[in-house]
Amino acid sequence: MRQIVTENLFARLFFKFVHLQNILLNLFAFYPQDKYEDTNLHEMINSGFVLSWIDYTVMIVYFVFVLGIGWALKRYMKDASAFLEAGRSMPAWVAGLAFISTNLGALEVMGMTGSGAKYGMLTTHFYWIGAIPAMVFLALFMMPFYYGSKARSVPEYLKLRYDEKTRGLNAILFAIMTILASGISMYALAILMEKVLGWNFHLSLVLSAAIVLAYTYLGGLSSAIYNEVLQFFIIVIGLLPIVVLCMKDLGGWQGLQHQLAPIVTSKGFAADTWTTTWKYTGQARENPMGVEWYGIFAGLGFVLSFGYWCTNFLIVQRAMSAESPTAARNTPLIGALPKMFIPFLIIVPGIAALVLMNTPGKGFTLPLNEAGQPIWDYTIIMLLKQYLPAGVLGLGITALLASFMSGMAGNVSAFNTVWTYDIYQSYIRPVTRDKAADDKHYLQVGRLATIFGVVVSIAAAYLASLFGNIMDFLQTIFSMINAPLFAVIFLGMFWKRTTGHAAFTGLLAGFIIALIHHGVTFPAGADTLVKGGWICKYHAYPVEMAQNFWTAIFAFTTSALVTVGLSLATRQKKSDEELAGLVYSMTPRHVETNVPWYKRSTTLAILVLSIGTILTILFW
Amino acid sequence: MGIDIKFPIGLMFSLLGFLLTGFGIVTRGDDALYHRSLGININLWSGCGMLAFGLIMLFLAWNSRKTKTK
Repeated sequence: MRQIVTENLFARLFFKFVHLQNILLNLFAFYPQDKYEDTNLHEMINSGFVLSWIDYTVMIVYFVFVLGIGWALKRYMKDASAFLEAGRSMPAWVAGLAFISTNLGALEVMGMTGSGAKYGMLTTHFYWIGAIPAMVFLALFMMPFYYGSKARSVPEYLKLRYDEKTRGLNAILFAIMTILASGISMYALAILMEKVLGWNFHLSLVLSAAIVLAYTYLGGLSSAIYNEVLQFFIIVIGLLPIVVLCMKDLGGWQGLQHQLAPIVTSKGFAADTWTTTWKYTGQARENPMGVEWYGIFAGLGFVLSFGYWCTNFLIVQRAMSAESPTAARNTPLIGALPKMFIPFLIIVPGIAALVLMNTPGKGFTLPLNEAGQPIWDYTIIMLLKQYLPAGVLGLGITALLASFMSGMAGNVSAFNTVWTYDIYQSYIRPVTRDKAADDKHYLQVGRLATIFGVVVSIAAAYLASLFGNIMDFLQTIFSMINAPLFAVIFLGMFWKRTTGHAAFTGLLAGFIIALIHHGVTFPAGADTLVKGGWICKYHAYPVEMAQNFWTAIFAFTTSALVTVGLSLATRQKKSDEELAGLVYSMTPRHVETNVPWYKRSTTLAILVLSIGTILTILFW
Repeated sequence: MGIDIKFPIGLMFSLLGFLLTGFGIVTRGDDALYHRSLGININLWSGCGMLAFGLIMLFLAWNSRKTKTK
């Protein structure tokens, strides 16, 4: 009898669910069946992706924990600081794993695996030269100022160091950028669920947004951070079986190298191009990325990576939530340790996929786009399909879903902080004398900003589905602020003469130069103006990546020159006392005498740099 | 803030590990299922790995709780 009752309950719940889905479908009935409704693509990916009960169980267990963490944190959310800054209470290892997990979004996982197939081990430049030095620099030299200044966000640091207008410019550009990024990531998630699992696009979008909203609304930044740690482990553990199986299939690294040689030589490159990093960067045409070593070194290793890792509040926010100044410094270093090994998890399978594609007996193919080119971003998904049976397949899919949500939640939690502190608190309703009432009020604003952020992201996701190119374009444009921002923050931290007017002008000038450079150059063979050349087609770069490097180098240089020049020409309004804690020469050195030597930042930094050097030499 | 994240991580991976190990044991010798994974019972291996990881996390969580109450 009891069993029948439970079955009835389940049946009723199920019909409720189906009904809900119908309502949602009707709601979106006006939505055009757009160009992405490519049934061939869907069938090709979808065949063989039959999830069984065990896969769904794995997925459900994961989401129960995700929501449970948000629920458990709910009662600690008493004021704005707890909600938006995680109460500055995170242990270094938690903040450190969240630090890289935010960056390990699904677009990164899918993109880097695709790049592994396209460029081989050269892709590791995004890690060993393009992330590690910047992370070490952030940890040792910049975190003491971000954390010690008591600023609650990167824009607020700019306000303390320079002036209101510099903060305003950065805050507004950042807020728009995070929403765009979040929307694009949600759109990609919904497309993935539609193509791979055959789920309804709109339902996937709304459901995933609802989950992210639920846990960030309940537990704020703490919830986002704790879930990022959980996501980090599920991504690593979920993707590990693919690495093991494809290595076994191809006879290990040696076997992979051996089978790659004929494929790579037929493309017109030296046999070991795909398994080395620096060897063929002497000349641009010798490697598939089309860049020389100095382009990689200056563009990726310096400007792009320092611009991204040291100034992007989305990332820095994780370190700012740490429990102590030492923990804040250690956060990027602890993050750097696993970061160095992520290429083996996502790039190496991509390289293996290139061999599989060219070995007819393996039955591995990538879906093709209209131009007949492989869609590289689907590499990781096709590998999941190739190797994983029911059970671990559910785990792999969960890992991908987790990485999508991580990207979304990270953006939303950075957005609500910047909105509440840097836009609302400074322009709409400033702090009053009543601290208790303020705390309550800003907590409420932070919560509403979370809902607002998710809703606007959904709108951005729909815009991305209608005008994908325009959204990509906007994202490219807004990310151009990173390189000038690094110039301005760097000069501000290490040169006390830098003035507010100079910083603002430098930021704007760098941004405009980046725009102009993007407008007059284009990657060879680009068919849309989205990739550049929308002013005139003055110069062609061999590949898009080279164009990105040089855009950043131009932007950074301009910004630095303008800021230095104008600083010398304008008067410094801030006194030395005001600059204490914000500028290197005005701040007492951070001493770590009460910390055991193995927990000190310098020890960790040496460890990180040594491992990075060893890896670089091993795969030279 | 409030909770020790090691605890939910440990609990979740123990649970998932238990689930996959169980599934691996039940489906052992199922060649059709494990054809993709080159004949390796990958569920069993992953499951055992996750179970071990989960239990270590739970132990660490239990351990730090003990030192804290002291």
